[in-house]
Amino acid sequence: MFAPFMLHAWLLATIVALVSGSVGFFVVARRAAFPAHALPLGAFPGAAAASLIGVSQLLGLAVFCALGVLVISQLQRRERREVASALWLALSLAAGMLLLSLSGVYAQSINGLLFGQVLGISREQLVSVAVLSGLALGVLALCARPLLLDSLSGELAAAALGRTARLEWVFLAILALSTAIAVPVVGALLVFSLMVGPASAARAFTNRPWRALGVSAALSVVTVWSAIALAYLTNWPVGLFVGLLGAACYVSGRLRSAGAVAQAG
Amino acid sequence: MMAMPSNPGFWANEPVRVALTVGAGAALVCAVVGCATVMRRQSFAGHALADVSSAGGSAAYLLGLNPLLGFLGMAAAVAGLMEWAEIRDARERDLLTGVVLGAGLGLTALLLYFDATLGSASGAAVAVLFGSMFTIPPTIVPLALAVAVAALVASAVIYRPLLVSALSGDLARAQGIRVRAVTLTHALALALAVSLAAMTVGAILATALLIGPAAAALRLARRPAQALGLAVLIGLGATWGGIVLAYESFYWTPGRGWPVSFFIVTLIFAAYLLSSWVSSRDRTLRAAATCGEGA
Repeated sequence: MFAPFMLHAWLLATIVALVSGSVGFFVVARRAAFPAHALPLGAFPGAAAASLIGVSQLLGLAVFCALGVLVISQLQRRERREVASALWLALSLAAGMLLLSLSGVYAQSINGLLFGQVLGISREQLVSVAVLSGLALGVLALCARPLLLDSLSGELAAAALGRTARLEWVFLAILALSTAIAVPVVGALLVFSLMVGPASAARAFTNRPWRALGVSAALSVVTVWSAIALAYLTNWPVGLFVGLLGAACYVSGRLRSAGAVAQAG
Repeated sequence: MMAMPSNPGFWANEPVRVALTVGAGAALVCAVVGCATVMRRQSFAGHALADVSSAGGSAAYLLGLNPLLGFLGMAAAVAGLMEWAEIRDARERDLLTGVVLGAGLGLTALLLYFDATLGSASGAAVAVLFGSMFTIPPTIVPLALAVAVAALVASAVIYRPLLVSALSGDLARAQGIRVRAVTLTHALALALAVSLAAMTVGAILATALLIGPAAAALRLARRPAQALGLAVLIGLGATWGGIVLAYESFYWTPGRGWPVSFFIVTLIFAAYLLSSWVSSRDRTLRAAATCGEGA
């Protein structure tokens, strides 16, 4: 399990988990579960297009994530976010399917792209992911306070900071960046499980926002490590364990807060 | 509205006839159930239900069962579970939906892995997730039609009470409507609709058929009945149009047809964009006419 060829997988997964856990905190605070699910799926044709024309997968993912941010924010201006996200994700999945079917690498790559693939990660990939993660975390750190204020009370943020429309953009951009990094590892369908599960559990462990962010990132790392270890031992897909452990995080958080309420009452 | 297929043999082709029949049933049911789903702001729940039903579909391929039964069983079980959990807080409901969605998709990953390694159904992943209308076995048609009729009857029975409780829960209770029974029935109708859509365009694209025509129709229509009719038209047009285009596409790129689901989803998205353009132009015109009277 700790053979040299697994080293890159462990490192990459750790970085991805740290970013997903931190961004996930804001996803939960901003009630953005559906966009967080739609963006990775919107990136899916990017990976397919990249494999069709032979450029870096990460580049394809990043371009389509950016496109997803544009489309969702354009559509949600007129319609509610739900419908915009739903239609965008269906359209992009269909486009990705078309690209893969035209490139003739259909069935093999579909599983990896949708459900994750941790093996065979090159050094260059690791470096570029590390750089992008640093960028995402840096922007997140710069905007963390206004973002949190805006998530808790939009009116308060508008009063204190003036324009808050730009914050939604920044948030979607960070979400897109962390998505592009995470898709190759845990798969387009399950990225958001990694964001939502640990972050929702973290709320039950502390009332302080920054501590909750830390708990969320830590839980996310634990989730990914366990998922990879279990996948290695059983030879089953990583996505299965990420999905189930994310749900386990949520359930344990709910149980804990239910217990706390019962004690207080 | 729809160009007649230029190739002979379109109507004589058995898989095409099966696809047209099942597709029509799915489009009809999805349009009707979708209107209620969009109005009740349950797009995410509908999407989650569709995605999760893929676990049932892949289990059916593994066991050699009728895939529609698999989709249906899983969708109904999860719909029941989410209704049972009954969380009022919208934010918590979104989170729970997301978590269920994640766990269900994880299960799908495992079952598809088994499909590929244990069974002989290596194409199951594509068929379950993205649909393959032209390979639907004709034996499914009676079951599909029965499911469609059941969903339509259920929707008709709860049509008025659901409309009232979508507008205001208190109003519904004051009128003596049993809200719990109504929402449970709607959840089951949603499960039926989603499983038909999953059979047609695939589990992870089913959202488009469920939400798209309804959302487009609701933008244009002024009355609920009008919205229903329009949604049915858009859904049917997109589904049949998609089948025709996919049939034609066998001749565009020799030897390889383009996927049906791609055309259906694209047509639905185009209809949605068109409707939102038309309705925003209408609103601008009306605003100009009544100059200054409200926003």
